[in-house]
Amino acid sequence: MTVRSYREALHDALRTELRRDESVFLLGEEIGRFEGSYKITAGLLDEFGPKRVRDTPIAEEGFTGAAVGAAMLGLRPVVEIMTINFSLLALDQIVNHAAKVYGMFGGQARVPMVIRTPGGGGQQLGATHSQNVELYYAFVPGMKVVAPSDPADAKALLLAAIRDDDPVLVLENLALYNTRGEVPDHDEPAPIGTARITRTGTDITLVAYSRMAAVALQVAERLAETDGIDAEVVDLRSLRPLDRDTVVASVRKTNCAVVLEDDWLTYGIGAEVAATISDGAFDWLDAPVRRVAMAEVPLPYAKPLETAALPSADDAIAAVRQTLDAVARRR
Amino acid sequence: MPTSTSAPRRRRRPPTNPAADDAQLLAFYRQMVLVRRFEERAARAYTEARIGGYCHLNLGEEATVAGLAAALDPTDYLFATYREHGYALARGIAPERVMAELYGRTDGVSGGWGGSMHMFDADTRFMGGYGIVGGQVPLATGAALAIEYRGGGEAVVCLLGDGTTNIGAFHESLNLAALWHLPIVYVIVNNGLGMGTTVEQASAEPELHRRAAAYRMDSARVDGNDPTAVYDAVRTALAGARAGRPYLLETVSGRLKGHSVVDPAKYRSRAEAAALAAADPVAAYAVRLHGAGLLTDELIAEIDADATATVAAAADFAEHSPHPDVSTLFDHTYATPVPNDARRLPGEPLFPVPANGVPA
Repeated sequence: MTVRSYREALHDALRTELRRDESVFLLGEEIGRFEGSYKITAGLLDEFGPKRVRDTPIAEEGFTGAAVGAAMLGLRPVVEIMTINFSLLALDQIVNHAAKVYGMFGGQARVPMVIRTPGGGGQQLGATHSQNVELYYAFVPGMKVVAPSDPADAKALLLAAIRDDDPVLVLENLALYNTRGEVPDHDEPAPIGTARITRTGTDITLVAYSRMAAVALQVAERLAETDGIDAEVVDLRSLRPLDRDTVVASVRKTNCAVVLEDDWLTYGIGAEVAATISDGAFDWLDAPVRRVAMAEVPLPYAKPLETAALPSADDAIAAVRQTLDAVARRR
Repeated sequence: MPTSTSAPRRRRRPPTNPAADDAQLLAFYRQMVLVRRFEERAARAYTEARIGGYCHLNLGEEATVAGLAAALDPTDYLFATYREHGYALARGIAPERVMAELYGRTDGVSGGWGGSMHMFDADTRFMGGYGIVGGQVPLATGAALAIEYRGGGEAVVCLLGDGTTNIGAFHESLNLAALWHLPIVYVIVNNGLGMGTTVEQASAEPELHRRAAAYRMDSARVDGNDPTAVYDAVRTALAGARAGRPYLLETVSGRLKGHSVVDPAKYRSRAEAAALAAADPVAAYAVRLHGAGLLTDELIAEIDADATATVAAAADFAEHSPHPDVSTLFDHTYATPVPNDARRLPGEPLFPVPANGVPA
């Protein structure tokens, strides 16, 4: 084990795969000479050269689509889209092509490509640079979407994504890049399609992914100290496929749940989780499933407004206490 | 890099082997007639409800199909639009498999998953028809990138329609191809119409091949009703592409019928329709070969009978090919299996419903 930042863990995974497999190459805006907007690719141009680390023009649809085509011929492109907001410019190539080619042609052409892109608000970047639209991709069969919340998973899931023969979107997060944690020294991928219980508990289940899964762990520790509440945390890690069984098993044990998500509540990932709990644990539930999610506004620039709109640990703690109060009244 | 706006010079045919040359000219004709009869048979099957969805035909485009396909090496890659039946045939895919795909059967070229718009065949490097206008253009560019990455001598030909030159992906892709010196030829099949919108209504520069100037890319416009002109132009374009100079070729031909089988083309005047029919490339090419002494009335009849028999057999094969079994519904969601891949039919619950209503 080595302590690495989330940023370093992603970098390590890219470097490992570039060294391991000649068919892996990186492309995206400003990833080479500029070393990436968030410096994930720092040093890789010098080590691997412009063929393997390819700077592109500002043309998300063009270079994302080019990655699909290159993957169809057997290369393993790893696309960096500077933020998930800009992925909307490539929506047709991702949804109508990357996700469709394998099935639409009867399984004759594989698309082993990765799209790395960060979501997240809280940096006063305003409405167009602070969105969490991973749902758009998690909605689509044919896509795989993973959302690591700590450095170990960042490395292991990116390794898995690059070695997978399907298009995988790896959701990173601006607020997580500097977080640190222990990362195994080996290069074992994590299984796409599985959630992870990052804290075991008996009183309530917290379900989350990406940044909010890190927040959920903090929330659980605070609740243990201040309220003596023993919360279980399920980190979804994979948004498609979605590991419903792990969520349902946890709720059947704790009998209540709060979902923490950085996207908008209406139609969001949390709605799918809540519906899953309704389907699989209805008879075990002692309170309605609560969702803590972003306020439904285009995220404002002004700091007090931005802070108010984003889900916080305090928001989650309040939701947990209210949920457990409801449970107590029922019992 | 020079930008030529005239048609590439006609390839000099080897004077020592006129027989081979004549054979090629006749092969073009056979190919054109096969495409014509195949598409007519497809239209009939559509009206008989054997074919579903959309069905866009290459009627009027046969000369371009024949000339272009003959110019490709077997190792080259071809990306097509949703109007691709003829190209699939000309690339060498058996008519039975193309027709079976239209019928949605297991022997179809895409196993019944694609239909008219989404045919794909790895063996002939037919890299797919694409239902989204221009969706194939970035993909083809990426395929050329993969060739360049590996240092191969193959090239990519990417078909697109006239309307596609107005989408953003067209610009982004041509810029990438020129910037990175990719081995690709973009071929605009200009039939003058989007669905019913004319090129002049849609394109500020209606001489579409001129768009290449923005990328310092070589380009040309050729008569898409002449298979030899198309063949020569594509060979010239491919030679440049293989040397790292991508190329934009525009072929001009007519669309004899509506946008798809169900479109009666009411936006066309009777005079326009008559002019198109008079310029029918298959008939015109037959007259030309007849005049050159390569075709006789008997041979015309024989080629026609061959093509008619081939497409009849294809339709018969398609009719008898099995429908895909419902048990295969989840076979092609993912190439790499992963846990928790949803395999639920619409009416099935996510979690088992307890028989007695009591949770286990």
